[in-house]
Amino acid sequence: MFARLSPTEPLLLVQGLAKSFGSLVAVDGVDLAVREGTITGLIGPNGAGKTTLFNLIAGTLAPSAGTIVFRGERIEGEPPDRIFRRGLARTFQIPRPFPQMTVLENLMLVPLAQSGERFWNNWLRPGAVAREERAARARAMEVLDFCALAEKAQTPAGQLSGGQLKLLELARVLMIEPKLILLDEPAAGVNPALIETLLERILALHRRGVTFFIIEHNMDVVMRACDPVVVMAQGRVIYAGSGEGARRDRRVLDAYFGDLPE
Amino acid sequence: MTGVVSYLVFFACVVLILGIVTLGLNLQWGFTGLFNAGVAGFYAIGAFTHAILTAAPQPQYLGNFGLPWIVGVVAAMAATAAAAWLVGVLTIRLRGDYLAIASFGIAVSIQLVTLNWEALTGGSQGITRIPKPLAGVFDTPLAFNLWYLALLAAIVGALYVALERIVRSPWGRVLRAIREDEAAAIALGKSARRYRLEAFVLGSTMMGLAGALYASFIGFVSAFDFLPIVTFQVWAMLIVGGSGNNRGALLGTFVVWGIWTASGALVTKLVPPTYAAQGAAVQVILIGLLLVLTLLFRPQGLIGEEAVVSRHAKD
Ligand SMILES: Nc1ncnc2c1ncn2[C@@H]1O[C@H](COP(=O)(O)OP(=O)(O)OP(=O)(O)O)[C@@H](O)[C@H]1O
Ligand SMILES: [Mg+2]
Repeated sequence: MFARLSPTEPLLLVQGLAKSFGSLVAVDGVDLAVREGTITGLIGPNGAGKTTLFNLIAGTLAPSAGTIVFRGERIEGEPPDRIFRRGLARTFQIPRPFPQMTVLENLMLVPLAQSGERFWNNWLRPGAVAREERAARARAMEVLDFCALAEKAQTPAGQLSGGQLKLLELARVLMIEPKLILLDEPAAGVNPALIETLLERILALHRRGVTFFIIEHNMDVVMRACDPVVVMAQGRVIYAGSGEGARRDRRVLDAYFGDLPE
Repeated sequence: MTGVVSYLVFFACVVLILGIVTLGLNLQWGFTGLFNAGVAGFYAIGAFTHAILTAAPQPQYLGNFGLPWIVGVVAAMAATAAAAWLVGVLTIRLRGDYLAIASFGIAVSIQLVTLNWEALTGGSQGITRIPKPLAGVFDTPLAFNLWYLALLAAIVGALYVALERIVRSPWGRVLRAIREDEAAAIALGKSARRYRLEAFVLGSTMMGLAGALYASFIGFVSAFDFLPIVTFQVWAMLIVGGSGNNRGALLGTFVVWGIWTASGALVTKLVPPTYAAQGAAVQVILIGLLLVLTLLFRPQGLIGEEAVVSRHAKD
């Protein structure tokens, strides 16, 4: 019936994953695992292929080769909407709000399998639709509270600041209860106070059992939140292990600073 | 005096019929971001389906089944929906501009078919003797047009209320999300393809309904009623009135059709018949000018988009 997850099997397992854009090999045979209950970090210099890897996992791009297993099932090549419905959510490096919709509506859109998303139910079962809408609204207000955005509920999303948009990205995916959340540079361009809020929220969710896979350049955030840390350079994984270990790893240092003298 | 009244009633009927087409396009473009460049084609399918099914039998025609009015209306909507579904399945999964090119091509093909398949559509003669509903009861032209105006007002009113409701429903919210950022909507689990197809079929079905209402209002249809200029006019109506706003769509229909008919009347008065073609071109240029001025100085249209918020997400 259900593919059971053995205790040792990771939540997400990527093997031999590759993606080329013409002659450019952006992701070049990546193997990695994200274990349930971790906040796994993904770092690497600009252009290392981190966002491309996320796009492959989330279904935005189809891989040229390799497999992706999420909760025991192969998902590579599936469309992004189906992967999201499996409980694998992602946020975008550059936030993608629905700018003319209010912040509240940006969230109320998200719950899965809403009756009112079917055209006819709005005419045939208006009572059920209204009930679900009230529930979605209550849930959205909770999430907005949690993400320190409650005051902005009725503001068009296009009017939020850069940092608030990052929070909105997170808030939207929290409308479902994702098993795994991919965050692409959640702290980039966010002021230090909001970074603290964001980090707190991520840690609180983590305590509730949500697994994270986070691309981040802010090493302070990485060191405080992530364990283990995966390092990519030129489309390949060059290190996987503790954050402290990454700081001392020769290949990692080379990737960031060029070949260092012995 | 009665001449003016009958003319105004006639004019209002045509505005309401075209208003249904513009409301359909607004659902597709204004709320979902679908570029339908084949409006005239779907309008034609509705009109010809209705005409073929309801017109009085004549030996030289394949169709002309003499069926009741309501059968013609329902069948017109069904035929248009089926055609839109087919076009949608073949193109919507592909890129957005693909839909524009494909729908334009299909509208042109439909027009050519209606022009050339004489046994079915009457070719350049068109189909005549399309029965008018309750024409026996309302037996003067003015009485009939008044009754038809009331009927159209009721239909447009019902459609308007239904559309206002549906764009504020969860379904409409997904459409608006797709229009604003399709990739984000997909990343949040929405099957954009399904919603695009639904909006495309529904909007086109409204165009088919309008076609049927047009055929049974005029009592005559021909291929020349569905040239690509119709698509252009309807787009102008939507843009001038304000896309993404149902009241704007209706106002734009009134304004553009008003300018079109007034300029048409002037041209016939002032331009000698030998220059009729140039005169018609003046009409097109006028609408084009109006469109360009709108895009330059009031891109949101006369009314502009209103902030649509789901019913249950309001303050
Ligand atoms: N759609 C695309 N078409 C062509 N090349 C692409 C595309 N997307 C990414 N690339 C290229 O692939 C490489 C990896 O890009 P990617 O965005 O994955 O890097 P990244 O590790 O996320 O970098 P950053 O830290 O700057 O966000 C880059 O050289 C980039 O220019
Ligand atoms: Mg990136």
